[in-house]
Amino acid sequence: MVELKPGARFQSTVCSTEVIVVKGAGEVDLTCGGAPMVASGTGEISGSPSGDAAGGTQLGKRYGNADETIELLATKAGDGSLAADGGALEIAQAKTLPASD
Amino acid sequence: MNLMMLLEMAAEGLGDRVAVGSLNDGLTYRQLFDRAHGAANRYRAAGVESAVVCDESSPALPIALFGSAWAGIPYVPLNYRLPADDLLALAERAGSAVAVADENNLERLGGLPGVSTVSAEAFSSDPAAGTDGHASPGDWNMDPDDLAVLLFTSGTTGSPKSAVLRHKHLVSYILSSVEFMGAGEDEATLVSVPPYHIAGVASMLSSIYAGRRIVQLPRFDPDVWIDTVEREGVTHAMVVPTMLTRIVDALDARGGAPMLGIRALSYGGGKMPRPVIERALDLFPITNFVNAYGLTETSSTISLLGPDDHRVAQYSDDPVEQQRLASVGRPLPGVEVQVRDDDGTVLGPGDVGEIFVRGEQVAGEYREKGSLLDTDGWFPTRDGGFIDADGYLFIQGRNDDVIIRGGENMSPGEIEDVAISHPRVRDAAAIGVPCREWGEKVVLLIVANGDAPDPADLDDLIRERLRSSRVPSHVDVVDELPYNETGKLLRRVLREQFAHLGDDPTD
Repeated sequence: MVELKPGARFQSTVCSTEVIVVKGAGEVDLTCGGAPMVASGTGEISGSPSGDAAGGTQLGKRYGNADETIELLATKAGDGSLAADGGALEIAQAKTLPASD
Repeated sequence: MNLMMLLEMAAEGLGDRVAVGSLNDGLTYRQLFDRAHGAANRYRAAGVESAVVCDESSPALPIALFGSAWAGIPYVPLNYRLPADDLLALAERAGSAVAVADENNLERLGGLPGVSTVSAEAFSSDPAAGTDGHASPGDWNMDPDDLAVLLFTSGTTGSPKSAVLRHKHLVSYILSSVEFMGAGEDEATLVSVPPYHIAGVASMLSSIYAGRRIVQLPRFDPDVWIDTVEREGVTHAMVVPTMLTRIVDALDARGGAPMLGIRALSYGGGKMPRPVIERALDLFPITNFVNAYGLTETSSTISLLGPDDHRVAQYSDDPVEQQRLASVGRPLPGVEVQVRDDDGTVLGPGDVGEIFVRGEQVAGEYREKGSLLDTDGWFPTRDGGFIDADGYLFIQGRNDDVIIRGGENMSPGEIEDVAISHPRVRDAAAIGVPCREWGEKVVLLIVANGDAPDPADLDDLIRERLRSSRVPSHVDVVDELPYNETGKLLRRVLREQFAHLGDDPTD
């Protein structure tokens, strides 16, 4: 379990994925590649993503849960897929805000 | 959170794409990242408190911005055109510093204790200058509360204050408003806003995160702007109202042929004269226009009027839709806006009051005064305005500019809007001048569009659309109105210039 709050960063322990929390609060079982994620810079990478969680993450994409309470931004891409409390986090719809500066 | 996170992602995802400059010799994202590393070495080796820049736009700016974020000191851009005394007073507030400066300012800043200077050319080509080893890959601080940028606000109503923007404010703004790598490889943005203005800082951050090449225009000139757009294949640009006025005039002087290459043109920073935006919509017939409203204290844009609303207003016969051109649109996702009266009561649609804003990008903090956020996180903008029934925000000038005549508060903006609707009025400013009988009375200054209108016609128009208390005591025709370089009307200058009208004992 990790504590989610905006700005917190987590790394995968089975691939190069790193994320920053855009939205989310409280204790969550956050996994990447089927293995628990840890605070960035506090874990080693060993092994590889499990077969059912190897869809990968893409740099700069946002990942969210179905009820939109969690949103993570991938700051480093990797081979594992993200999940929170057992539910897969999917790529969130890109916003279409026009450039303003 | 740290601004460096944004550049690191861009360097990783976009590597060899050009970040700043021309396609043939600009800096790529990877090169920009490496030079920021060099700058971080230099700042850490010098052990200074601030990264000052005092120069016109050049690649040294993004190098210093990201290098300072890496080193853990604030980026402090200063107005390189200030008189020496004013500049030194601001620079002293930044403490010990490495200052990137132009020739004139190298000499001025070099005399300050604790300040070492370097030219933009030398800094850009070799930012580390033999200081390697002080900054290691990825060793920037991720504390979201660290200082990122100190900006001196324009001081149109008083002496400059230093606005504090922390990493969390700027990173939140970028993450909530810009899609990573959202720009196509052929896109380029022309930056002509001053580097010491929030728009100059925000344009670097959003363009780099979007992957849109930055083309810098150091000294704004409308003909150079038009030629640069064509030569550099510019697709996006941000301008302040005075710039758009001059671009429109320059295009008309060239025969009024439409510009088709610009896909998106955003404007903000001050009130846009209605005839200018209407002409611009004709001269840029397929461009997406964006009117952005924001403040230094809110990390740039908090509300915007999008492309569709502009074109609807252009072609609609519905006065409500036409009027949207005078609005700054709706708040960004994650930003809340309220209008409150003097007692703090939240007002409903159409009621004029002070605009309050809340959101993660809202800093609302000054070095001199601390945080101005209330206990619930709301920031008082000091701007007056209202929200219409559909949620569109209208700005009606600074609260400090409110004219109080006989105890009645009136916004200069509403009087100006009516005056500008007269076809012979190109621009207008309403000010209050001291008056024995009423406390203040209204003076209306207009810039004529061709032959000046009869003042009596303007009086009638204002009486009919507003009410008789808004009718000016004097109407003067002037050649031009004083604006600062970001397009803010300098009402203080007008109030001083026309103060003599207020002491008429026969009034």
